[in-house]
Formats: sequence, structure tokens, C-alpha cells
Amino acid sequence: MNYQSTNVEASPKRRRFLEVFLGTGVMASLVSFLYPVLRYIIPPKTVELTADNVLAAHVGDLKPNTGKIFRFGSRPALLVLTSDGKYHAMSAICTHLGCTVEYRSDLRDVWCACHGGLYAVDGRNISGPPPRPLESYDVFLKADEIYVRRPGNA
Amino acid sequence: MGIADGLRQWLDERFGWHEIRAFIEHKTVPLHRYSYWYFLGGMTLFLFVIQVLTGILLLLYYRPSANEAYESVQYIMTQVRFGWLIRSIHSWSANLMVFTAAAHMFSVFFLKSYRKPRELTWLSGMLLLFLVLGFGFSGYLLPWNTLSVFATKVGTDIPGQIPVIGKWIMVFLRGGEDVTGATLTRFFGFHVAVLPGIATLMIGLHLLLVQRFGMSVPPGVEEEWKTKPLEQREMRFFPNFLLRELMAWYVALAVLGGLAALKPWELGTKADLFASAPPGIRPEWYFMFMFQTLRMLPAKVGFIDGELLGVLCFGAAFLVWTLLPFFDPGRPGRLQRLITGIGFFALAYVAVMTMYAYVAK
Repeated sequence: MNYQSTNVEASPKRRRFLEVFLGTGVMASLVSFLYPVLRYIIPPKTVELTADNVLAAHVGDLKPNTGKIFRFGSRPALLVLTSDGKYHAMSAICTHLGCTVEYRSDLRDVWCACHGGLYAVDGRNISGPPPRPLESYDVFLKADEIYVRRPGNA
Repeated sequence: MGIADGLRQWLDERFGWHEIRAFIEHKTVPLHRYSYWYFLGGMTLFLFVIQVLTGILLLLYYRPSANEAYESVQYIMTQVRFGWLIRSIHSWSANLMVFTAAAHMFSVFFLKSYRKPRELTWLSGMLLLFLVLGFGFSGYLLPWNTLSVFATKVGTDIPGQIPVIGKWIMVFLRGGEDVTGATLTRFFGFHVAVLPGIATLMIGLHLLLVQRFGMSVPPGVEEEWKTKPLEQREMRFFPNFLLRELMAWYVALAVLGGLAALKPWELGTKADLFASAPPGIRPEWYFMFMFQTLRMLPAKVGFIDGELLGVLCFGAAFLVWTLLPFFDPGRPGRLQRLITGIGFFALAYVAVMTMYAYVAK
């Protein structure tokens, strides 16, 4: 008799304890399964090739009022020679939605074919959808070689 | 007793074959002036089956790496016997499937087939439509040509605009910060394993729900049938409706064959990750209305970036559209007229923007 009554009284508590115990156990194992999967699907960070001084072109490669895409580390960049003989270098990744821009001799501006964004040769966004200027780089010459580097990266 | 009868008896003793038969024989389709819209779902399913079959065939030769993908598709198109046919059917059928899925969605919307108790059928259908677009987007990259790489750059940059989690989604989709060979491998995995798995489950659920509730009768027709019950008509699904559907599938097959033969799908030029985007670049027709919107948005709208505003608006619009059945009161009135109005506006917006994109250049 005595045994039975204690059983009835203790039962809800015991059930609650078992529910919490099992519940947290199942949750903890789920988390321990999911965490590695979540970490797995995000690729490891690749070390970005630190492009200190990149050889973009040789003097004479570019005619005045033309541009050229070159590799700046792992990303494309644009070198422009203006009609007055000045070199400009900038990132070639459009700040709108990431297409690769080009120099348009007819417009004397930098243009993105994807959505018609327009930048000046110094990288300023002047019309169309781009929200920010293109990152511009420093250009310097060593003999007949044209080098490009990030500003303040001497 | 013939072999067929013996087999039937064998099945009957084990699985209750006569019950399944009785179920199939009792299934009917309502017959009224809008009945032809009922074909679109089945047509989409048929095109999906075509995609699975031709997709498996393409897998025999396709190689999912940046160095080999383009060449392997070129090999399929030029060397493998009937390779051009299989790939062209796969590409054309994909486009037709987007069209029939979208048409099916709009027909369900305007005939109000999503009303109680079919909200979950609509929800699973909308998920399937998004899956179809996901199939289109991921499959587009696989030939690794110039157009597809830039489409993928833009398409993965768009979710990257979402505040807080956007960057995470973009890196997850691209398999890194930029679109590279890693993106191709990932998209291949999505296209041939992840999406087909989810889509198969969803199609199963969608069909199960359609079975459970039967075909919806449009409100107008329902009213007429209530006042004049003698005018109510229906058609047996098996074999009457199915045979008509089969004829439609046969026509679709002929259209696909014709398109593949007369306009084999182009391969384009091999992707160069260090080249400028070619002039005249644009996405597939079904993304054109979004493309045109993003092109027309200015850099800044007030203090917010134009493209961010566009992305957020489209996201909100798709969410509201998906949840519309839950707002529908199920009886005529102002709210229902408003919902129909929203439907017409959405259809008009998509149509006008798509046409404008082709004209504006």
C-alpha cells in the first residue's frame, strides 16, 4: 500500500526529470552532429595572395585611351592609360553586384556590362547603380615595367 | 489462368491490389470551362521527369571541374552520338519547366485553388517553384562558359547584400569569397544531389496533398453548381483525364524535339575569370524582371544602397506572395478583391519588366 502511494506521488516529478534528462541529451547530441556539418560547409579561409607590388604591364603594352585587365593577387584589376599619358589602376570588381568592369575608349570611362554602371578613370562611381567607388591602387614605374600596389603599401 | 491474372492475384493477396484499383477508378476531375488549367501541374511533372532522365544521361560524360567542365560539354555536343540532342532537350525542357511551373502557379492563384483546406498544397508548390529556379540557376553554371560565370557572380552577390547573414550565405554558395572552380563543384552538388533529393520529397508531398483534397473547383463555378446541381460534371481520372494529359505530354515532347533540332542549345565561350563582362550580358528570361529592376535602381535611394533596397523588396514580395493564401478570407469581399489585384499587379510587373529588359538593352 505504502509503496503504491509513493509511486503515484513521485511519478510526475520523475517523468519531468526523465523528459528533461532525455530531452537535453537528444538536443546535445543533435548539436554535436550539426556543428561539424555547419563548420564543414563553410570553406576554410584561403590566404589571400598579398599583392604588394604586382607587375601589371610593360610600358608600350597599352596605347593611350585604352585599358587592360590584370591579375591583382587572386582578383582582377584594371590598368588604364589615359589620352594624356597618365596611368590609373583600380579593382576591376564592380561595387554593384561583382561583375568585372572594362575601360570604354569611346566613353573615356570605366563601364560595367552587367547593369550599366559607370566610373571615372580614378574609380569614382559617376552613374548607374554602383553604390561605391572602385578601390584605386597606386601605379609606379621601374624601368619599363608598370607596377601596381595598394595605397600605403610601399 | 493467365500470367497477368496470376500476378494480379499474387499482388492482391499481399498488398490489397483491388483497393488501389478501386481508389484509382474512383478518382475524378471536375469538368468545367477552366478545366484545361488542370493540365499544367502534370505537364510540369512530365518535364521534371524529362530533366531527371536527360540529366542522368549527361552525367555519364560531364566532368564537374573548372578545367574540364567546358570541354566535357563540348565533347557531349560534338563527339557523343546524339549528345547535342540530350543536352539541348535538357536545356529547353528546363526553360519550359520554369514556364509551366510559373503558369501553373498563376492559374492556381487566379482560380483561387489555394483556399482552405489547400494552403499547404500552395506552400509546397511555391517551394517547388523556388526549387525549379534553384535548379535553373545552379545548372546554368555547369557548362562553365563566360555568360554562366558572370550570371553566377551577380546571382550569388545578390543574397550577399542581405544584412548580417548575407556574407555567410554568399561564401556558402560560392565555396569561398569569389566565384571559382570551388563554386562549380558546389553547384554541381546542389544540382544533381541536394536539389533533386528535396524536390522529390516535395513533389511526393505536393501530390499527396492533391490526392487528399482532390482538384479545387473555382469559386464562380462552385456557385453555379450550387444553384444548378444538375450542371455539375466530372471526368474519371483514369483513364479519361490521364489519356488527355498523355496527349499533351506527347505534344510537349514533339515541341522539345523540334526546339532541340532547330535551335540546339549554345555553349558559348569558355569562362575566363580574369576577363571583363561581355557587352549585352543578361540572365535567362525568367530572371529578367529582377535584372531590369536592379539595373534601373539608382546607387542610393535615400540613405540605403539601391541594390540592397531591391533585394530586400524582392525578398519581401516573394514572402508575402507565398503567404497570401493565409490572408484570403475565402469569401468575396474587399480583401479578396485586393488579393486578386495584387496578383494582376505582380503578373503585369513581371511581364512589363521582362519585355522592357529585352527592348531597353
